[in-house]
Amino acid sequence: MSYQVPKFRHPELPVNELGYTRADYEGAISTLCAGCGHDSISGSIVRACHELSIEPHKIAKLSGIGCSSKAPTYFLGKSHGFNSVHGRMPSVATGAAMANRDLLYLGVSGDGDTASIGMGQFTHAIRRNLNMVYIVMNNGCYGLTKGQDSATADEGSASKKGDPNPFGAIDLPGLALQLGATFVARSFSGDKGQLVPLIKAGMTHRGFALIDVVSPCVTFNNNDASTKSYEFVREHAEATGTVDFVPMREEITTSYEPGHSQEVTMHDGSVLHLHKLAEDLDPFDRASAMLALERHRAAGSILTGLIYMDKDSRDLHEVLDTSRRPLNGLGEEDLCPGNKVLQNINHSLR
Amino acid sequence: MKSLEAVNEFVIKFANVNGTGSASANNLFAKALFRMGLPVSPKNIFPSNIQGLPTWYEVRVSEKGYLGRRGGVDIMLSVNPQSMPQDIKEVEPGGYFIYDNTKPLDLRLIRNDVNIIGLPLTRICNEQYKDPRQRQLFKNVIYVGALAALLDMDFAVITELVGDQFKGKEKLVLPNIHALELGHQYVKANLECPIGIRVRKSDQVGDKILLDGNTALGLGAIYGGATVAAWYPITPSTSVVDAYERYAKRLRIDPGTGKKNYAILQAEDELAAMGMVIGASWNGARAFTATSGPGLSLMSEFLGLAYFAEIPTVLYDVQRAGPSTGMPTRTQQSDVLSAAYASHGDTKQVLLFPATPRECFDFGALSFDLAERLQTPIILMTDLDLGMNDNMSEPLEWDDERKYDRGKVLGAEDLDKLERFGRYLDVDGDGICYRTYPGTHPDKGAFFTRGTSRDEYAIYTERGEEYEKNMHRLMAKWETIKQHVPAPETVRCEQATDAAVLYYGTSEESSREALDYLAEEGIHLNAMRVRAFPFSDEVEAFLHEHERVFVIEQNRDAQLRTLLMAEFELGPDKLKSVLCFDGTPISARNIRKQILMQMPGHNVTPLRRERIVGGTGQGENRA
Repeated sequence: MSYQVPKFRHPELPVNELGYTRADYEGAISTLCAGCGHDSISGSIVRACHELSIEPHKIAKLSGIGCSSKAPTYFLGKSHGFNSVHGRMPSVATGAAMANRDLLYLGVSGDGDTASIGMGQFTHAIRRNLNMVYIVMNNGCYGLTKGQDSATADEGSASKKGDPNPFGAIDLPGLALQLGATFVARSFSGDKGQLVPLIKAGMTHRGFALIDVVSPCVTFNNNDASTKSYEFVREHAEATGTVDFVPMREEITTSYEPGHSQEVTMHDGSVLHLHKLAEDLDPFDRASAMLALERHRAAGSILTGLIYMDKDSRDLHEVLDTSRRPLNGLGEEDLCPGNKVLQNINHSLR
Repeated sequence: MKSLEAVNEFVIKFANVNGTGSASANNLFAKALFRMGLPVSPKNIFPSNIQGLPTWYEVRVSEKGYLGRRGGVDIMLSVNPQSMPQDIKEVEPGGYFIYDNTKPLDLRLIRNDVNIIGLPLTRICNEQYKDPRQRQLFKNVIYVGALAALLDMDFAVITELVGDQFKGKEKLVLPNIHALELGHQYVKANLECPIGIRVRKSDQVGDKILLDGNTALGLGAIYGGATVAAWYPITPSTSVVDAYERYAKRLRIDPGTGKKNYAILQAEDELAAMGMVIGASWNGARAFTATSGPGLSLMSEFLGLAYFAEIPTVLYDVQRAGPSTGMPTRTQQSDVLSAAYASHGDTKQVLLFPATPRECFDFGALSFDLAERLQTPIILMTDLDLGMNDNMSEPLEWDDERKYDRGKVLGAEDLDKLERFGRYLDVDGDGICYRTYPGTHPDKGAFFTRGTSRDEYAIYTERGEEYEKNMHRLMAKWETIKQHVPAPETVRCEQATDAAVLYYGTSEESSREALDYLAEEGIHLNAMRVRAFPFSDEVEAFLHEHERVFVIEQNRDAQLRTLLMAEFELGPDKLKSVLCFDGTPISARNIRKQILMQMPGHNVTPLRRERIVGGTGQGENRA
């Protein structure tokens, strides 16, 4: 593609606390198909990062292989990115996060990259509670190889090729809950109102935040018989409630009706406001979240929104008790014990 | 029968049952000789098993300073009835077979050309100890005491060593010394001693240390500034990360906060371990993993990414016998080719070949400087023999003035001065480009690291000429690398010769000894020890200088020879193979025999099949 993103910006574009406009969080122009759900998710990421006033260069974006994993080129152009190998983004992210705990790690993966080839690494990143946001751009098919069913395709769902999928779907939020994930959400690429606050909450959460985003593939899996089409998802999505994210230092101005409403203060002081909560879900109780997921699955609806969050989550750095200073900032004086110590070691080996 | 007679030059082998505590007793024996000033080379030949299978421990004692395997066994100490028929066969004529005679020896096993010495070990244990575990453990200590008398060892050195070994567990000292005395006194009272082979104090050890290569590597990683260790347990590499962790707990705790200046990640598999190393290195930390053959296979895809995306990566490969699961607890140098060209596509990986624990430490630390300077994977190729056995080594040294070479990394100020940053732009003409760490600068330096083709500015491209240009630059970098890796070592004989040997890693000591044997027979050979791949021009010149070069290595397919042939386009008539791949370390006698058979004028033309048989341990025992 030879397209360039135009550099001209309207002088009155809104700026965030850091003085950045939303354009400062954009990337190269997308080469994905027109109408691809992934581009909407990229837009939501841009908006979330802008509104959170994160310095763009303090984010590292990582991906595996596939349409989803190309997407990081199309947002956060001032952030370093790493397009790794198929299904192995979690391990690269783990190493990166160990090296520098001060960056924000944003992983972008697809359903093939996560639920098939990368299943092992995905589960272990959850188990370690790596401090990262892990977005699955979930379209139920392999786009780059022209539309094969993926492991998240529902049983009986048929892509453009027409054959109904004979296998059951792997439900990523359900799996993540079972593995002990500390933040589990699901959303829909077409619902930015829901997705943007979820991304913000995930970015503020300390630990592994899974956001499974159903993201229709317009070319291979947006037909009538598909359960990952725009139309099907719009008709079958049922939100757990509405999530509002209020960053630290910002006053809470919205007033909520009494009833199913909760406030959660995140570790950095920002507040997550959950309202219109579904009656059958307590998002701070893992068992309740698992039950709700299963109930919706049985009823043929797609549960979206914040499904579960552990407010007391401890991330991998806390578990390992690593230095507060990023490991990549340590030098000889911190790391090398020197010759005198070595001579004592020699002595013990005689 | 003429009994073997020797002072301070012999091979003793212990035949034990795995999991009975024999290793620590055998180690006590070897270390005591070391403390008596004798160069020793103990080799643990153990099964892939926790308890029950036969295990051996061979100790080479050589006042002359030969540390490799010699071949043959002068004294066999056999406490495992399971392996006794094989063990007694291995003893050299005139040698000594020491066994537990609580049960009489099977008459069919008796050899008339071997001295057979009985020690009633089980009987002594049963009389002394009630607890079955004590009976098992102290049996080993008792035979060490008996050996001390048979070989005329300095008993005080052994008892002092017991004191050192059980520092902090003092109540174990006396029972162990008691057991030593039981064996010692039995021999003194009942047997003729010393036997024809004996030891006396020497001064051939100097300030040397006794250390296994894996511990040296773990220490090398500590001194080299590694902060992230990601790994998956696999024999024989496990003790590398164990050692790193042991020393990190002592030496890497932040004094102010008590927090760790390191992170160890036990990964879910070797793929993830390598991914973590790449992620951490990409983000500016020094990171490493340790593995063995099967792990290397799994890491291949990632090694290709690190090669192509030019990410510093450090991998310690402690080689074992392959292919597949192979013989997991036996040694080989058989990952050379799969490491040198690891991953699909056109790849070339940098290999380092340490030969001693000191070199494991030096190269282990150097790997990080090289990886960051050269922005590519550094694969350090050690093996089970070096990694898991105590090897006598030069003491470890560190120059406190030394600074880590972090390579070409641009900081925020450097980026400010640049018009445009090109991650893959060859500014200096050496094929090595500049990198930045994520998070360095608000507006400049960010790019997308990828395994796909891209231009000099890291922008995705499928233009053939851009791809080719980049691949050519990587070859230019390969030339630069030659100047940075450890140079080969050459040993020239005093006589003019057109023949030479070339070896690497753990084949060094046995090769050195074999060359001495051959020199005594009038065959003089120059020698080169290769210490890295890519090979330097010096290696090429050495090969061209000689008519015939024997490449000594521990694998079936002559892998380094293949690599030399491929890199220098040499034919098979120049490079001859000397091979051992039975899973035991190559021996001096074996090397001598294989070279002799391939020397011109040797009156037996060896069939290829015979030569390979000659390379096995079974053949070598009769060498």
